[in-house]
Amino acid sequence: MKPDTHDCALTAAERSLREIVEAGATNKVLRKEKLSDTIVLFELDNPLIARNAVAGQFVVVRPNTLGERIPLTISDADKVRGTITIIFQVVGRTTMELARIKEGECVPDVCGPLGTPSEIENYGTAICVGGGVGIAFLRPITKALKEAGNEVITILGAREKSLLILENEMRELSDELILTTDDGSYGIKGVVTGPIKEMLDSGRKIDYIFAIGPMPMMRAVAETTRPYGVKTVVSLDPIMIDGTGMCGGCRVTVGGQTKFTCVDGPDFDGHEVDWDELKIRKAYYFAEEQAAKEMAAKEEN
Amino acid sequence: MSRIKERQPMPQQPAEERIKNFLEVALGYSEEQALAEAQRCLSCKKKPCVEGCPVMVDIPEFVALAAEGKFLEAAASLKKNNSLPAICGRVCPQEEQCEKFCLLGKTGQPVAIGRIERFVADYEALHSNGNIGEYEGPKDPMLAKYGVAVVGSGPAGLTVAGDLAKMGYSVTIFEALHDTGGVLRYGIPEFRLPRNILNREIEYVQSLGAKIVKNVVIGKTVTIDELLSGGFDAVFVATGAGAPQMMNIPGENLNGVLSGNEWLTRINLMRAFRFPEYGTPLKKPKKVAVIGAGNTAMDCTRTALRVGAEEVAIVYRRSRAEMPARAEEIENAEHEGVKFHLLTNPIRFIGDDKGWLVSMECLKMELGEPDDSGRRRPVPIPGSEFIMEVDTAIIAIGQTPNPLIRTTTEGLKTTRWGGIVIDEATGMTSIPGVFAGGDAVTGAATVITAMGAGKIAAKGIDKYIREKYGLPVPSEEPVQEESKGNGQNP
Ligand SMILES: Cc1cc2nc3c(=O)[nH]c(=O)nc-3n(C[C@H](O)[C@H](O)[C@H](O)COP(=O)(O)OP(=O)(O)OC[C@H]3O[C@@H](n4cnc5c(N)ncnc54)[C@H](O)[C@@H]3O)c2cc1C
Ligand code: SF4
Ligand code: FES
Repeated sequence: MKPDTHDCALTAAERSLREIVEAGATNKVLRKEKLSDTIVLFELDNPLIARNAVAGQFVVVRPNTLGERIPLTISDADKVRGTITIIFQVVGRTTMELARIKEGECVPDVCGPLGTPSEIENYGTAICVGGGVGIAFLRPITKALKEAGNEVITILGAREKSLLILENEMRELSDELILTTDDGSYGIKGVVTGPIKEMLDSGRKIDYIFAIGPMPMMRAVAETTRPYGVKTVVSLDPIMIDGTGMCGGCRVTVGGQTKFTCVDGPDFDGHEVDWDELKIRKAYYFAEEQAAKEMAAKEEN
Repeated sequence: MSRIKERQPMPQQPAEERIKNFLEVALGYSEEQALAEAQRCLSCKKKPCVEGCPVMVDIPEFVALAAEGKFLEAAASLKKNNSLPAICGRVCPQEEQCEKFCLLGKTGQPVAIGRIERFVADYEALHSNGNIGEYEGPKDPMLAKYGVAVVGSGPAGLTVAGDLAKMGYSVTIFEALHDTGGVLRYGIPEFRLPRNILNREIEYVQSLGAKIVKNVVIGKTVTIDELLSGGFDAVFVATGAGAPQMMNIPGENLNGVLSGNEWLTRINLMRAFRFPEYGTPLKKPKKVAVIGAGNTAMDCTRTALRVGAEEVAIVYRRSRAEMPARAEEIENAEHEGVKFHLLTNPIRFIGDDKGWLVSMECLKMELGEPDDSGRRRPVPIPGSEFIMEVDTAIIAIGQTPNPLIRTTTEGLKTTRWGGIVIDEATGMTSIPGVFAGGDAVTGAATVITAMGAGKIAAKGIDKYIREKYGLPVPSEEPVQEESKGNGQNP
């Protein structure tokens, strides 16, 4: 593999596929930023993934040669530079290990873009809801919905002010921006469902809602909109291994049918998702994950 | 020389030892054993065994060389038709192929062809001083500018890549996973196929000049159309049959119910049996039911024992005679303590109030009239429902081709069940320049058929590129002539 392929005279967009392929993707971290205490951004050299990535897709990442494979949403793709941006919250062992990779170093394995792209149409008025690190993943979808002609209202929620990332970028992309924090340290005190319900009750015509973030938040959004019958799409992140439909570990029940999130999703109709089952399945390895996290935390010190 | 009716036994790790480790179960013949076994061969003129071999290895020839102690020559003979002999010697269902046709089988036990094959291949590896076998054949420098993309690094893909690289083509293998080998790595456990043997074969293909690019999912990262328009002259699709079939019965999504693919991938590819040293977790099972009776099912049972399960059972709706797994693996599983609930079919998984599997409701079956596959159809016995307590159920009832390529490649003809349709003679699909082979075409089959398909497609691709660019077509290699000729003129 030749490093620094992005420095070639030709931009990634201009090189032939065979050239790009034969040069290989380094997955070098070209830019590392801390968006908050626990949220990290990587811009990675990977012209192959950048070529075809669209809103709603994800990559599967492995932080080191002993590591686990985890899905991370692609938060941006730069076709000219040949880079993709991933943003992750340090919550367990694998994300801790990932966060240890320094600028200039390489992520060993990044595979994608995976999953079915989000369905982008001109729905009319769309609400984009992002919670926690989910805000990072909302960006490409908000952008795409806006470009498709929608009036876009964005609602961002977080526990507290420091976790409310990308406020300015999201403001630029949206017609209207609403912020909420659980503790009231910024924006409206409360959770994202507050303003959603208010808007729906006010009789304002909402045609489409997209929510991404922690599972309880997406579920709450779906439950809030259910009585109003507004189409509510959520982006699920169950446990995955391969991300290509090979293991079935990512099974979810949607509308009474089993789906593989990695290929049939990750976007699904929030009103159809079996949330109880998803919650149980996500906790499959809870005990093991806790143990691994403690181990990783010890290593960190 | 008087003929010994019985074959040389395969030395093995004792069952009670081996279920505590992931080391190879079968230890391989000693030189004396290999000689003795090879000397049992009658060198039949008609070579019935060869007919049973999907790649037509000249069995009497390599066995005769082995019988004389010329193991390196035997290996060379073997490799004329089989590029992965150390692997095939270990995983081929010989009892249904070459050994089934062996004349000695009529009166006693057939020659242990697979075991001799394995010995010869291992001998060669051991006596090549870590050298992975330099290829010194002619490479046509004119072909280097033609690029062939191989999709998937399982046995079919590796074979095509190796053969085309030998000819002189620029070959790039794209693999979706972060490691190579396909089922040989994520499916077949290392106690059946040690990783150093697999790695050696892959290094050999790389040493021939084939390039491997991992973490690329064709159909997602790039499509086949893009490969063709982006500088590759031909594409070989060897994506296997990787999509797990589920049972579609109630309770299938409870925690504790997994597909065989997930179970084996966690353990073999991700090495979850060494969690937390490795990052991927595994729930330690106690009572395990594996549904199905093919190779995948056997591998699931035996890995379950090795990660500490107390009780492991196969649950299979047909009878023993229909079990599709390799005979040796069924026997090994049995010796290791796996129970067999035959003529039994699960109809429901039952969970506790927290969503964890606690038991499985099953029905007893009996065999009725033969079905399409020629096997007698299992029919449920009314009122025979019973409950089996399990905390882990692994569904290993089959795999189908992954729809990713099919759904992203316009004009690619596939069968009703998703297999890619090819011209048997060349391996070419309905799209000119796109070839396919292995499980992606046949559905879940065997390593050797995948390899055989790769051999055919490599020739088909060579012919296609030569015709497309008006290059001279070289005369058939003498090696192939010889083996074909031998079959017909004793
Ligand atoms: C558990 C198990 C045990 C088995 N045991 C035996 C045995 O003992 N003996 C025997 O003969 N056979 C056995 N088989 C069957 C045998 O392994 C297969 O028939 C054989 O591996 C098929 O080879 P293949 O090259 O067609 O595909 P595979 O080995 O399946 O390889 C396909 C490769 O393509 C990759 N891929 C898939 N889609 C894409 C894509 N879109 N882009 C890029 N890459 C992709 C996959 O990740 C994989 O690496 C077993 C199978 C299983 C599952
Ligand atoms: S059929 Fe058996 S005995 Fe005859 S040549 Fe083949 S291996 Fe030897
Ligand atoms: S992650 Fe394996 S099938 Fe979806």
